[in-house]
Amino acid sequence: MTTEVGSESNVKKEAEKAPEVQQQTNQPDKPDPASAEQTQEESPSTEAESGQEAAASPEPSSPPPAAGGQKKEKGISRFLPPWLKRQKSQSQDKPSESSVPPKQESVEAVKEEQEETSQPKEEADGGGAGTASTEQTEEVKEVREESTAEEVQPEEKETEEEKSIGSADTQPVREEKEGESEVKQEKEETTKEEEQVIPHEASVLSALKVNKKMKMVVCHVTLLDGSQFSCEVEKRAKGHYLFFQVCEQLNLLEKDYFGLSFKDNAEQRCWLDPTKEIKRQIRNSQWQFAFSVKFYPPDPSQLTEDITRYLLCLQLRQDIASGRLPCSFVTHALLGSYTLQAELGDHDPEEHRLDYISDFQFAPNQTKELEEKVVELHKSHRGMTPAQSDAQFLENAKKLSMYGVDLHHAKDSEGVDIMLGVCANGLLIYKDRLRINRFAWPKILKISYKRSNFYIKIRPGEAEQFESTVGFKLPNHRAAKRVWKVCVEHHTFFRLVSPEQPTKTKFLTLGSKFRYSGRTQAQTRQASTLIDRPTPYFQRTSSKRISRSLDGAPVVNVSDYSQAAGAGENGPALELSSDSKSPQVEVMEKPNADAATSISSETAFETDGAGAPERKSKLRVQGENIYVRHSNLMLEDLDKTQEDVLKHQASISELKRSFMEATPDPRPSQWDKRLTGSPATSLRLQAQGSAEVKPEVNGQPEVIEVMEETVVIEEVIKAKPKSPAPEASFTAETECAAEVKEERSLSSDSESEEEAEYHAQPPSTSISTQQIKEEPEEEQEAVLTQQAPPSGVESQPITEAAEPGPAAEEEKAAQPHEKERTDEPLATPDEAPNGHALQAEAPPTLRTAAAEKEEPHIVNGSASRVETEHLPQVICYSEPPVVKTEMVTISDTFAAQKTEISTKEVPIVHTETKTITYEAAQLDGNGDGEPGVLMTAQTITSESLCTTTTTHITKTLKGGLSETRIEKRIVITGDSDIDHDQALAQAIKEAKEQHPDMSVTRVVVHKETELAEDED
Amino acid sequence: MAGLMSGFGSFTHAVVRAVSQSLAKEALRTDSLEVDLLKAQEEHDEYVSVLKHRLGLEVVELPADEALPDCVFVEDAAVVCGDTALITRPGAESRRKETEAMKAALTELGLNIVEMTDESATLDGGDVLFTGREFFVGLSKRTNQRGAEILADAFKDYTVSTVPIQDRLHLKSFCSMAGPDLIAIGSSEAAQKALKIMQQMSDHKYDKLTLPDDLAANCVYMNLPGKGDVLLHCTPEEFPESAKVFEMLKDHMLIPVSNHEKVKVDGALTCCSVLINKKKNI
Repeated sequence: MTTEVGSESNVKKEAEKAPEVQQQTNQPDKPDPASAEQTQEESPSTEAESGQEAAASPEPSSPPPAAGGQKKEKGISRFLPPWLKRQKSQSQDKPSESSVPPKQESVEAVKEEQEETSQPKEEADGGGAGTASTEQTEEVKEVREESTAEEVQPEEKETEEEKSIGSADTQPVREEKEGESEVKQEKEETTKEEEQVIPHEASVLSALKVNKKMKMVVCHVTLLDGSQFSCEVEKRAKGHYLFFQVCEQLNLLEKDYFGLSFKDNAEQRCWLDPTKEIKRQIRNSQWQFAFSVKFYPPDPSQLTEDITRYLLCLQLRQDIASGRLPCSFVTHALLGSYTLQAELGDHDPEEHRLDYISDFQFAPNQTKELEEKVVELHKSHRGMTPAQSDAQFLENAKKLSMYGVDLHHAKDSEGVDIMLGVCANGLLIYKDRLRINRFAWPKILKISYKRSNFYIKIRPGEAEQFESTVGFKLPNHRAAKRVWKVCVEHHTFFRLVSPEQPTKTKFLTLGSKFRYSGRTQAQTRQASTLIDRPTPYFQRTSSKRISRSLDGAPVVNVSDYSQAAGAGENGPALELSSDSKSPQVEVMEKPNADAATSISSETAFETDGAGAPERKSKLRVQGENIYVRHSNLMLEDLDKTQEDVLKHQASISELKRSFMEATPDPRPSQWDKRLTGSPATSLRLQAQGSAEVKPEVNGQPEVIEVMEETVVIEEVIKAKPKSPAPEASFTAETECAAEVKEERSLSSDSESEEEAEYHAQPPSTSISTQQIKEEPEEEQEAVLTQQAPPSGVESQPITEAAEPGPAAEEEKAAQPHEKERTDEPLATPDEAPNGHALQAEAPPTLRTAAAEKEEPHIVNGSASRVETEHLPQVICYSEPPVVKTEMVTISDTFAAQKTEISTKEVPIVHTETKTITYEAAQLDGNGDGEPGVLMTAQTITSESLCTTTTTHITKTLKGGLSETRIEKRIVITGDSDIDHDQALAQAIKEAKEQHPDMSVTRVVVHKETELAEDED
Repeated sequence: MAGLMSGFGSFTHAVVRAVSQSLAKEALRTDSLEVDLLKAQEEHDEYVSVLKHRLGLEVVELPADEALPDCVFVEDAAVVCGDTALITRPGAESRRKETEAMKAALTELGLNIVEMTDESATLDGGDVLFTGREFFVGLSKRTNQRGAEILADAFKDYTVSTVPIQDRLHLKSFCSMAGPDLIAIGSSEAAQKALKIMQQMSDHKYDKLTLPDDLAANCVYMNLPGKGDVLLHCTPEEFPESAKVFEMLKDHMLIPVSNHEKVKVDGALTCCSVLINKKKNI
């Protein structure tokens, strides 16, 4: 029990911390207060638990931005099942994690502090998340217990691990702080700790009466010094849990540059996505990982801590020894000499005979001559400290031409073998070691992949009229996806440097579910400045080990890039292979994803400097995205009275508020998921203003997303929150528009992610989508047709989306939007023009659509959606859902100032569209499917009073397991007099009852409401 | 213990070669111009004198070979960076043997010699622009992809980017380094186009010094102890407008060097020497 208490106290601490950052700062240093807390809390566990809950809830709200207050959680939330709510709390926890962007604005400070002082907390969060997910899967009898358990457990783990548990039990907190550094220094001890920890955890769990069977798995992580770190994690833990464990073990604070990788079945190195379940990513592979540098800092001298530099050195030594990082003889010698100085200290003529270095590997092909040179140089470093030596090592290594370049084999359009190199500054093209082209991030408008092709759309040069698209052929689809991911991540990490918009930046994710959820370099740098701890002691283990243990990295001839690339080490391609399941399945899951993606585009690639400031604003919004879209489509629908409109508006704003307060889900990308799967979904998306179509062809889901505009206005939202008045909304629009200058549309494919696009800023309207997009178009159309049938109501959105040529639309829409945004604060009709114009064609029906609610529910991987009139709600659930995102789309056709495009101008109706996604933490994993075999797929439609339910069932066989995914799309149509929320809740309930054996993976609520209009 | 890319422009030695008697009549040239051999020799003598006496470099003077009319343009025979020397395989068949003497001289200087043995590779040093941070290799009639690859292999520390060259003999026929991160570039369309490519290909932003005359954009930059930035450039007599531009480089020690005759056989200032920085340690 003691342990328990300790952990609980920690939890509380956390809760308290949130509200008052200042205090937090002190905490780490002063163990006393903590202990005091402990005493207080030393009360029956039950009490503590309840206390926790209370504490937990405040935490989220405490941050100013989120400040809506939980009370506001009205709307749907009140009807949501306990687990849903829980999710919110979870999500709250999440924010604290570095990886979670949502709260960042307000929370940032807190976060940083936390990081600084107590890493544990972060980890705890991470752990918590992991735990949560696990729990989610299982049915929770008592919400309370669960929540407690979730929070407590993680914390405990952390705490325990931090301290050497043995003695720590009594005073965990103190021990942590004081003993932490020391303890960790000794690896042996650490190991002990772990061993000890495990039992403790177990006991704790039992004590808590957690009746989940947590299956624990032992993960083996190869550290950079070649040593092995073993760690037990829950089977369903997410990547960051393990990652944090490792970082803690290493005593590493500046962890954003690092990642865990694993080998997939094809022996390709993949990055472990921290936001997804480990198990789903590694699939059948072993739980064997490698800790390594993911983002090579261009200027290592800017790293704050020596330990970080040391780890970077270790990575580079591996890179060099394996040949991944080619360098000349002289450089080998020089770097080798710094290695010796760092690890052995001054050259000692007596002790260091020539053979003292024979155990070191300085180069792929080490010669006696090289060793002699190394020794000679080593002598000249006399007096240099290890830290200085490392710094010198890095100063030289960073200048190497292939430093930080992640190479991928590819062929150009003519079939010539080339290499794609992704680095901090952009994309490099090599042919036989020669750089033949380079595309800096600002030059790139869009990155996409489809099947095994990878495309980049290039911003037109000064003299050029149109942007051009360059395509590359990768060996296979996975490789294409991998490059794409790496690009997205690097772009996000290095290019999107806006310390203040931390959260969003992270979410750059493009279409697919995949997103970079970590901090950007700018953010991590900023966070690092807050690091205030005595230089941690660490032992520079001999790099001899490295040479022996080069895991994975085949020793390659230095000169041979291609081989090196093959190793995958250099640029760990993030392959979220786990993500991709069977294509179809994916589709279903991802229905909305695209839209989301586009929305999330905040992060997107934009590239121009101008975009930066705006982004920030977007970022603030965390969690909420407001789209301003011009709906030419919505023509009619004058039926509604002003009142109705107002009502809707109110409810929407309420929802917004609740969301904001509740949980900013860091990942806007959720949208992607939504978009995917079902046609309905896609339809929805379109309705939202981003037209995305995912055609499934031959079982291959292809998604094309058209992002019209994505504007995230956090500030606005905040302001609005309580006043449902239409006016408010308008304001929002305006602001939004102003803010949005950059556009990117990311289209990603669904889980399967057959293709994804990532739009940087769409500069000018040029419909130069060309070849690439053409394909999509065709497919899209097909899809549309298919989709359209399901629900009449939905037809609107569908029509919209469908009609516009997918490719053409995308670009057109995007471009116009961009322009508009830039120029005008208000969203103009023009934006819509292209895409929307198409919509316009769809006509009359559309109006209705606006009023619909969609609810996609995903059960066990199947998503079902419910659409309600005006308020489309989509709910997909399978496991405890986590609130991930809220999108609000405001379409304002009238506002449109630019009408040039609007060839098809139509009466405009203002509509507000809001989409909220609740998602089970584990969803991602599910969604991303591994390629499976589609067994069956069927679609059933039923109607009742005001609801139309479309059920799409997909059975997939993967890896010997069959997975059934049900996606329900429920459209609730009705006037404001219908309580949509209740209807939705009912629908969800029914869905659960219908499939008791399935879990809800995701709930996406999409509301569309007409706005009161301001006529211009 | 200078690390990578430090001390750009610092040189201690220079390898030059006397003007061959056959230069006037047999040297390759893009325009069929008459060359005054004597004047050419005078120019060259002055050039060597500047290196040796005015700048204090240790100059290794190789004797001319009558069988090699272009032998005075030693730059094409070798690319030296750090302590590594790549002996090239000149694109012009008639110049292949020029490398022999060069190789011997560089070996003598203790450099690590890398030879270009691949029979399919060609590379003229005149197509190689080293900026201190990276290499640009012009793909011209004299230099091919394979040659560039071998160069990349020889200097693994550096990025080697290729630049297609059209309408000009060499990459350095219209550009060169005029200082650290300062590229002297001609005004012609070809030059500007090449510059654009280089700018796009590089992670680094270079300053540029635009000169009205392409040929004037070929200058020799050094950074010598006690003298600071040194620039050998065209004379006002040859290119008055361009000379004015150079004169605006206040911080440089400017040394106009006549190149009136050698330019007729496509010989620019950089062509006539191979500069070497021989350090004690590395």
